[in-house]
Amino acid sequence: MKSKLMKSKLMKSKLLILAGLVVMNLPLTAQAHRLWLLPAATVLSGEKPWVTVDAAVSNDIFYFNHHSLKVDSLKVTAPDGSDLAIQNVSVGKHRTVFDLELTQGGTYKLAMASAGLQARWETEEGERRFWPGRGETPAPGEFDTAVPKDAKNLKVSHSSRRMETFITAGAPTESVLEVTGKGLEMQPLTHPNDLYNGEEARFRFLMDGEPTEGVKITLIRDGSRYRNSPEALELVTGEDGLIVVEWSQAGMYWLEAEYEDDRARAPATLRKGGYIATLEVLPQ
Amino acid sequence: MLRKTVAAILLVAGTATNVQASEMTLALEVPRLQVAEYHNPYVAVWVQSKSTGNITNLALWYQIDERGEGEKWLKDLRQWWRRSGRSLEMPVDSFTGATRRPGSYSIDVTEALEALPAGQYTLYIEASREVGGREILKLPATLPAKEPITVKAVGESELGTVALQIKP
Repeated sequence: MKSKLMKSKLMKSKLLILAGLVVMNLPLTAQAHRLWLLPAATVLSGEKPWVTVDAAVSNDIFYFNHHSLKVDSLKVTAPDGSDLAIQNVSVGKHRTVFDLELTQGGTYKLAMASAGLQARWETEEGERRFWPGRGETPAPGEFDTAVPKDAKNLKVSHSSRRMETFITAGAPTESVLEVTGKGLEMQPLTHPNDLYNGEEARFRFLMDGEPTEGVKITLIRDGSRYRNSPEALELVTGEDGLIVVEWSQAGMYWLEAEYEDDRARAPATLRKGGYIATLEVLPQ
Repeated sequence: MLRKTVAAILLVAGTATNVQASEMTLALEVPRLQVAEYHNPYVAVWVQSKSTGNITNLALWYQIDERGEGEKWLKDLRQWWRRSGRSLEMPVDSFTGATRRPGSYSIDVTEALEALPAGQYTLYIEASREVGGREILKLPATLPAKEPITVKAVGESELGTVALQIKP
């Protein structure tokens, strides 16, 4: 009898821990959920060059060991502002692969973005609930019916998430670097396809179009398997939303930015933004 | 990187006294390498003004073919691509040519360098080889030179000795 009780208690606490984990797993906490795009090259020459790109989800940056990434919502913007179709999409167990034919000279942007409301609360019995469910995409207006507005400890947040990378054929152009003014975005003051070891790069981070202080940035260089630590570079934006990075090593970098504050629009009380970019730094 | 630079003392021509019949030559060595698979390197030579940053291309050796396939690898001349190549419409007849086999070459740069305004310059020689490496050498020069000078640098992998000789 006693052991049974113990067991059920244990199970309950396990469940609670699980629930905690699930909350942590909500899209904006990328800790256990790193998404990335990996172009085979970001600087290309020649007539209409082709480039292949990988898309995956894994904690080890640029190692395909967890899950492929859906690219249905990926948008590739050509230098003239038109959409470029991705070709030869192949979805594997651990990675998605596709090709791009860069028919125009200039800089292309590959971007995926999403935004929406999230809620968590407790029932009368003290059980934690959250909405939308993990991996679920809610229907428009579902928030009104699915979330009890008078629930205990109700917390509603508005989250936005964006992932980008840039590829240039010939000379870099600026047109695709325009920001949308929605969610957390990076405004490169140094062209993202003109990054070189030993030089400085400046990037401004904007939340809903405003330069924002206190955005937390993590930069991880490729090849972490061959060193003992990921050697992540942690930075925080200043008043003007700026970070200055001095590249001390060439390589492909994964940049993640995270931000949250309480300046959300009702019904949300919390505003969260996540941004990811893949940046290539070339040697001198 | 620049391994060894031997530069004679340069005397800046204060007020540009126009010297006639000068001669400026770049000697460039493509080293013979003992490798299983050898392809002639792509080579770019350009001069950059220290004050304005303006670039003048002097030579570009790459695989020129009808389909433009060889242009795909121009980006591997990394610094040249960044500083000049990516903004050019290829091919540019005035300074491009086919890749060269290992050997010693001499490029007459008189006309191009004489056309430059007086000032300090850096001459760059960059080489990149398929299945091989890449190397860049720099030669400082003050133009126009008053005295005969030779500036030299020696590469370690993809380039041999390069030397700019000026006879005012």
